[in-house]
Amino acid sequence: MKPRTMFEKIWDNHIVHQEEGSPSLLYIDLHLVNEVTSPQAFEGLRLAGRKVRRPDLTFATTDHNVPTKDRFNITDPIAKQQVDTLIQNCKEFGVPIADLHSPDQGIVHVIGPELGLTLPGKIIVCGDSHTSTHGAFGTLAFGIGTSEVEHVLATQCLQQSRLKTIQVNVNGELSFGITAKDLILAIIAKFGTDFATGYVIEYTGEAIRKLTMEERMTVCNMTIEGGARAGLIETDETTFRYLEGRRNSPKGENWTRAVEEWKQLFTDPGATYDLTVEIDAYEIAPQITWGTSPGMGTDITKAVPQLEDFKIVNEQRAAVAALKYMGLTPGTPMKEIKINRVFIGSCTNGRIEDLREVAKVAKGYKVASAVNAIIVPGSQAVKKQAEEEGLHEIFLEAGFEWRDAGCSMCLGMNSDEVLPGERCASTSNRNFEGRQGRGARTHLVSPAMAAAAAVIGYFTDVRNWKFN
Amino acid sequence: MEPFKRLTSKVSPLDRVNVDTDAIIPKQFLKRIERSGFGEFLFYDWRYNGNGQLNADFALNNPQYANSNILVTRSNFGCGSSREHAPWALLDYGFKVIIAPSFADIFYNNCFKNGILPVILSEEYVEKLFQSTYTDADYQIAVDLVSQTVTDNLGLNVSFEANSYRKECLLEGLDDISISLEHLLKIDDYENNIPDYYRVKV
Repeated sequence: MKPRTMFEKIWDNHIVHQEEGSPSLLYIDLHLVNEVTSPQAFEGLRLAGRKVRRPDLTFATTDHNVPTKDRFNITDPIAKQQVDTLIQNCKEFGVPIADLHSPDQGIVHVIGPELGLTLPGKIIVCGDSHTSTHGAFGTLAFGIGTSEVEHVLATQCLQQSRLKTIQVNVNGELSFGITAKDLILAIIAKFGTDFATGYVIEYTGEAIRKLTMEERMTVCNMTIEGGARAGLIETDETTFRYLEGRRNSPKGENWTRAVEEWKQLFTDPGATYDLTVEIDAYEIAPQITWGTSPGMGTDITKAVPQLEDFKIVNEQRAAVAALKYMGLTPGTPMKEIKINRVFIGSCTNGRIEDLREVAKVAKGYKVASAVNAIIVPGSQAVKKQAEEEGLHEIFLEAGFEWRDAGCSMCLGMNSDEVLPGERCASTSNRNFEGRQGRGARTHLVSPAMAAAAAVIGYFTDVRNWKFN
Repeated sequence: MEPFKRLTSKVSPLDRVNVDTDAIIPKQFLKRIERSGFGEFLFYDWRYNGNGQLNADFALNNPQYANSNILVTRSNFGCGSSREHAPWALLDYGFKVIIAPSFADIFYNNCFKNGILPVILSEEYVEKLFQSTYTDADYQIAVDLVSQTVTDNLGLNVSFEANSYRKECLLEGLDDISISLEHLLKIDDYENNIPDYYRVKV
């Protein structure tokens, strides 16, 4: 048999029907559903008199709209209606849901893996672009629009044209103090926000193999910010250790058999990617974005770029617009940028390891008086775990707000917004204009960098941090 | 879905790269549970100033483009969030064709599901369209999906690529759920091999 990439193996395994010149009809093993991108899909089913074909392969939660304090009291009537609509739709169509009363509730890309729903070799879709997160498990996972949500609800399948593949090979090891967030921000800064449009990325190399599952999720999560719909990482003992014993992981003989199958999900020697790019891990410094696109980032040791640095006319114009929006002057050292807000959380960096990093930095310090800093766990399970470890005491002692789970200030669909002109150190994934609130200025950083910025009041190189 | 075949219209210029779906339709408007009525919120933060007044500097607010059905813009249009509210807003506002050097994948896909034709032209031709629409208040182009061409009265005649399957769906306004359901037996067959532990346990 012709050597195949991991992507090709998973794709081929899911073809239900294929016609020459047409997209493949692919089977979807798991469909994750949220309140924002599903109401029109359920309505479409009702109008067409269709049912959800496989409610038992579908799982819903409320994450985008939910309050992170006083969580049962959604004061925005339109948001409340959307949350209630999801609950009602799940009831009507028999779809399992982790609503606000469930201890499993959280950001869908955090709870899927936690519950063992995310398994290697599956195809997972969700009406959310950060579905790429699940690729950390050797799972083909990608975001879809609401029409496709309806399509999957009705058929448990999707029509998709085969994507091309890019190998992103990360040479060597990450240096001390450098996180998975710095790695993915550096990749996007180096190659651009659309370098992988039309492709699936497979991440390879020593640095990737050494990442924990949560770190791999951070990398795959922001894969969409490089234009790729999905990222993939080959399974290994790290994957299996994470999954064993989780509620939806296979058990007993099924587990043994599954692990053997998952071990076959590697790219065969001799298989070819459509493109390969390389990055050296040891060259990566803590990253921080200065602009309004995730690719507009640089090292903490550097400065806001000069306009002459942009050789392409459209890029230079984009930089001019971004700097105006961000209120930044070229040449300003990144370490001199002062902040008002800190947001720690999101499907990128709202997991327990992220919170442990924050606690390490924050321990024995106070949040700067000019800064308002919130920590929003990615799920209620993460919150519980953090409290069992006593992390919340460090946060509260330092002056961080300690919230309930949700997407929160990553996109500010609930009341967690950054005000016009305020500057926020954020562990989320997008620094678009208005993303965190109209006029909000977002700088994307790692959890450790955000925690350090919260204490000092401006950005600082966390490699020089004095840990207590 | 409304079929799309051919359209002649003025061209609205949106001269920015990397226009993300947050900019196309900001998050506060995603809470509605309907599919309709998003047009009034299209490009909200750019169309309106903080006080809710129209922003006169934003090109689409120029009365010249009031009835335009074609948007020309720069590379990586529609990046970011998968929200289908973005094409809903564009369509509801009146755009049926979007021309750019490149599109983000999910957005591109979402357009076809809603009867919007996304057309990829080279940077050079896109630049030409910008210049023509800036210099001539009455400038119009014709976009023809059957012949896969963009033409104007000044001699422009450029062809664009279209996936044959997507082209057919758009020309006929086909519902692709019905197309998939034609393969119901194959779906049943495939399902027999799904491991039992894939069923969600809560």
